[in-house]
Amino acid sequence: MSELTLTVMRLGFLAVLWLFVIVAVQVIRSDLFGTRVTQRGSRREAGRQQAARQAPPQQRQQSSGGRRGRNTPTKLVVTEGTLTGTTVALQGQTITLGRAHDSTIVLDDDYASSRHARIYPDRDGQWIVEDLGSTNGTYLDRTRLTTPTPISLGAPIRIGKTVIELRK
Amino acid sequence: MSSTSNPSTQHTSTIGAIGAPSRRNTELALLVFAVVIPVFAYANVGLALDDQVPAGLLSYGLGLGLMAGLGHLAVRKFAPYADPLLLPLATLLNGLGLVAIWRLDQSERLQASRTFVEAAPRQLMYSAIGVAFFVAVLFFLKDHRVLQRYTYISMAGALVLLLLPLVPGIGHNVFGARIWIKIPGLGTLQPGEFAKIVLAVFFAGYLMVKRDALALASRRFMGLYLPRGRDLGPIIVVWIISILILVFETDLGTSLLFFGMFVIMLYVATERTSWIVFGLLMSAAGAVGVASFEPHIQTRVQAWLDPMREFELSRAGVQDGIVHSEQAMQALWAFGSGGTLGSGWGQGHSDLIGFAANSDFILATFGEELGLAGVMALLLLYALIVERGVRTALAARDPFGKLLAIGLSGAFALQVFVVAGGVMGLIPLTGMTMPFLAYGGSSVIANWALIGILLRISDTARRPAPAPVSNPDAEMTQVVRP
Repeated sequence: MSELTLTVMRLGFLAVLWLFVIVAVQVIRSDLFGTRVTQRGSRREAGRQQAARQAPPQQRQQSSGGRRGRNTPTKLVVTEGTLTGTTVALQGQTITLGRAHDSTIVLDDDYASSRHARIYPDRDGQWIVEDLGSTNGTYLDRTRLTTPTPISLGAPIRIGKTVIELRK
Repeated sequence: MSSTSNPSTQHTSTIGAIGAPSRRNTELALLVFAVVIPVFAYANVGLALDDQVPAGLLSYGLGLGLMAGLGHLAVRKFAPYADPLLLPLATLLNGLGLVAIWRLDQSERLQASRTFVEAAPRQLMYSAIGVAFFVAVLFFLKDHRVLQRYTYISMAGALVLLLLPLVPGIGHNVFGARIWIKIPGLGTLQPGEFAKIVLAVFFAGYLMVKRDALALASRRFMGLYLPRGRDLGPIIVVWIISILILVFETDLGTSLLFFGMFVIMLYVATERTSWIVFGLLMSAAGAVGVASFEPHIQTRVQAWLDPMREFELSRAGVQDGIVHSEQAMQALWAFGSGGTLGSGWGQGHSDLIGFAANSDFILATFGEELGLAGVMALLLLYALIVERGVRTALAARDPFGKLLAIGLSGAFALQVFVVAGGVMGLIPLTGMTMPFLAYGGSSVIANWALIGILLRISDTARRPAPAPVSNPDAEMTQVVRP
């Protein structure tokens, strides 16, 4: 085998190996830069598609105009406690909180009950927090919840040492 | 996490990644790539050595492709939302390791040695068993949180695995390190590799329960949070165990790995820097203390401080009761003669290292034949595996999964550091294996299982919540808005 061929193969192999590394980094690009910028138009379109697929409440909410659409929370953020920084995207699903292993957000907290609370959208797409008969209670701002209560954007919901809030 | 601190922007954070695409097709494309690269390397070795494409190319390529395909199908079936990178990265490293082992099998110098066996076919078989383990983990472990129930059983299991090599009869001493067990009729096994995973399960379960006590009850002293004496208990117990491993099995690597993994998980669980300081001090004290009376460790340290002297002593055949080894110096020469771009596949002389060239010292072969550029790419592949593991830990929504993912990827990173650092002369050499690259059944099987567990955690973390069920209460109750 000629020297030239071997040199070409040697450099070619290194190039291919590095190409793999670069492709792999491209795959996780979104992680490395942390966020994805979503244009408002495309997001509304995405929301419409989703609404068409999923539930009538959201359809109504989308059609009811821009003001509500802008104030619709898109994610739930844990702001205090051991899970600080965890985010759950809100897509019309019920989010359960508690110490039970099958909760959406598993709380590791002596003051939390195993099925502590749940957060779900009502027919109008308004997000509601409901205490599921927990021992130490769920607090919205400073008040202990007794009935299912609508959540406004950025209002802290406190369960033991964990605080979560809804954000756009 | 970056955008959550800044709610005013229009960015969407993707940590929880609910509703994220499953990305299985990305994984498939990368897997094809990850199979093609080793096949290219294999052909390259054949062309460089014998001027012809090796006869086994097709069967080798098919074998690797079949393994990758099975792994991919299992992920598609049992963990559809798992991370798309882990499987291709592991496949590529495993494939490159097979090529390097096969390349060393071709060396006439090694074939002439007494202990020569064709290692590549065996390694291919071990890899297949490893992938089978990987599939089994995905199949049987439907939810990683099940492991939490076995916290203390894991502790007992890990201790048994670590102590097995000391049991007379099945323990098996190879070149000064007592880390193998012999199973009659099946060959030898290195239980420490499996203990790594089992111990991570124990640490995760234990720290999840105890972390508040460890983090909050502390006094502040000179800028450090000093934990209470009674909370020091567990770290001291783990420290003693790792010192005992060092003394009785004379295995510096395993002992560092376990203690390091515990300190990493302790730090992640409590967010206290003081644990890192304590950990570093304790491991330094332990290593120095043991090295002062254990001859096997002393040799290693000698070979690290002055490899050239060891080389000359060994060449001169000095018999002073200590085994002198040429290998540390030879590995450095291999790296040196590789230079930046390497000599090319099959054209190096790393086979001069002789015994253990394809296991502990396999990185030297890569260093010589692929050069600095190739070794950097390999280290980046390892770094990407660790990064995906840490990312999985961030995305996990339960503390146990977070700690387990951090523990497993931390152990993986530590192992790569200890082995690569040892071969390159940064730290004293230890008898551990480069994950996936090096020849060794236990290592490759255990690491495939580790990747399986990481994939399971990431699948749970990225899986979208079940379809919204219409809430009966919401229909019935009239909510009065303020």
